[in-house]
Amino acid sequence: MASIGIKDVSKIYNGGVTAVSAVNIDIADGEFIVLVGPSGCGKSTLLRMVAGLETISEGSVTIGDRVVNDVDPADRDIAMVFQNYALYPHMSVYDNLAYGLKNRRTPKAEIDARVAEAARMLELQPYLERKPRALSGGQRQRVAMGRAIVRKPSAFLFDEPLSNLDAKLRVSMRGEIKRLQRRVGTTSIYVTHDQLEAMTLADRLVVLSGGKIEQIGRPLEVYHRPATTFVASFIGSPAMNLVSGEVHGSKLALGPALIELGATVPTQGAVTVGLRAEDLRLHQGLDGSMPFRIDYVEELGAQRLVHGLVGDQPMVAALSAEIPLPETASLSIASFRLHFFDTASGRRIDWAGERAGAAATSTVEFVIS
Amino acid sequence: MKRVQFSSVYLPYLFIAPQMAIIFVFFYWPSVQAIQSSFYLEDPFGFGATFVGLSNYSDALGSVQYQAIARFTVVFTVLVTFLSLGIGMLLAVKADAVLKGSSTYKTLLIWVYAIAPPVAGLMGMMFFDQHIGPLVKFAALFGWDMKVGLNYNDTAIAMIIVSVWKQIPYNFIFILSGLQSIPVSVREAAAIDCRSGFRRFWTMTLPLLAPTAFFLLIINMTYALFDTFGVIDVMVKDKAANNPITLVYKVYMDGFRGNDLGGSSAQSVILMIVVFVLTIFQFRFIERRVHYN
Repeated sequence: MASIGIKDVSKIYNGGVTAVSAVNIDIADGEFIVLVGPSGCGKSTLLRMVAGLETISEGSVTIGDRVVNDVDPADRDIAMVFQNYALYPHMSVYDNLAYGLKNRRTPKAEIDARVAEAARMLELQPYLERKPRALSGGQRQRVAMGRAIVRKPSAFLFDEPLSNLDAKLRVSMRGEIKRLQRRVGTTSIYVTHDQLEAMTLADRLVVLSGGKIEQIGRPLEVYHRPATTFVASFIGSPAMNLVSGEVHGSKLALGPALIELGATVPTQGAVTVGLRAEDLRLHQGLDGSMPFRIDYVEELGAQRLVHGLVGDQPMVAALSAEIPLPETASLSIASFRLHFFDTASGRRIDWAGERAGAAATSTVEFVIS
Repeated sequence: MKRVQFSSVYLPYLFIAPQMAIIFVFFYWPSVQAIQSSFYLEDPFGFGATFVGLSNYSDALGSVQYQAIARFTVVFTVLVTFLSLGIGMLLAVKADAVLKGSSTYKTLLIWVYAIAPPVAGLMGMMFFDQHIGPLVKFAALFGWDMKVGLNYNDTAIAMIIVSVWKQIPYNFIFILSGLQSIPVSVREAAAIDCRSGFRRFWTMTLPLLAPTAFFLLIINMTYALFDTFGVIDVMVKDKAANNPITLVYKVYMDGFRGNDLGGSSAQSVILMIVVFVLTIFQFRFIERRVHYN
């Protein structure tokens, strides 16, 4: 068990390409951190620098109270779970689990006990004598997990461990990973491009883009208060609607629509406005504040995603499947649910209105919907 | 296994016919001819042949000279096989770890393979030349007066060195591609699990290379037994008197220099049986221990 410190860490490749630039993350002992971002955002590179598989160009990585920049991967006291499992194909499941322990001169009895314990935890007992090729994808994934657990390392590093599994297995393995991590309480860094996986697993999320941190925070915090337009569009499904609007006095103009903001306004003039699809309400006719031209509908079963235009800007609304879709429709949104971002920098603009509204209705919200 | 359906039962035979024709003309037919003539004593001038039963075989196997050559062939084959495999593997493992300029380095190592065996023998001969050979001069530094072509042991050593040198690039190419087919993540997982690179090589790299190494073992033994002919021919310059030669070279000497076609055929049949037995042995006992993905 150990905390992990990532301080001003950069990765600059020989050609001068910067994959990770000046990243700072403090990970508490036992915390589950998820690095999430689109492909090429540097999340795997960052993880591999912690593992020691990539050199650290600048900055320092601390595991426990030891700076590990120049420490061999095998001596960093970490265990890694790879995307394609990286099992040793010529070894039985037992040997795969025991390999790391054998190389550390662990006594035979201790190895047996630890492998047995891990096998029991992961329900791998019937397969201990099998070779990896005789296992299914889910079983291989569990062996990879077991290989990490038996070592009892200071930290687990997960590099997109579930992306090779089918959707159903992914959901169940996700639960299993979370449960396991809670049980052994080992500090974990988990890399994924799947925002749903990130939301469900993380104690804290680190959203990365272009090698830089966009936001660090608890999953709901990131969801409810995205720090940038990038985070807003990346976290949450469907993605947050981002449209350009203008604030005049106390009113927000979104194309033809005017929304009353109340006593306080975030800014004046041009602004990027974020609207979560699930915060939008549909109205028959033009009762709502935003006239909505419906384009097409995606049926998801419990929900339907209605795509259309407000003015000339595309908008998606997540609606209950029972609401009939009228010929002429309009949308409305509670003003405290609006997110405002600076048009130029894309950074969030905090305003008093959202907090006031959230505090007033957060308890009632569930009853209404 | 995917099964292909043919509209006619004869069609598949037609497809393999060219291959079979080549094998028949260049392998089965000469083999049958060799077996046949091994039972005859041929007149050197082609005036006839007398059936002598197994006496060609008993002559060969009973001859002290033949036994000495057989012993040398075994030593030669074992040394050439293991040295060229070992050095090839060492170079491949090191080349695999090279990051900068690796393609240049690899190309330089592979180049040697493009040299034809007699040319290699000739170059080897020049390396070991009494007057200008750098290796002879190098040996002289240690007080070793190398006389390749005159001294039995010196010639044997030179022959082994040239044969190994010639075969290293071949092994290098195969082992390098074998190494590169080991998934990067498996190597990285091993790097996290095992600190010692040496131990990692024995427990991870080598077992995963085993299919390649097994294939190369067979190829190298065949090379040492047969394909070194060109090297030996140049080295002993047709004057085998007190020089080491392998069984294949003796087949050639007896058959085409000594005009003893019957005896020569008997020897080549013996060689054929040896290779046959070796191959069966390798497939039955070694291949089973080899891990295939």
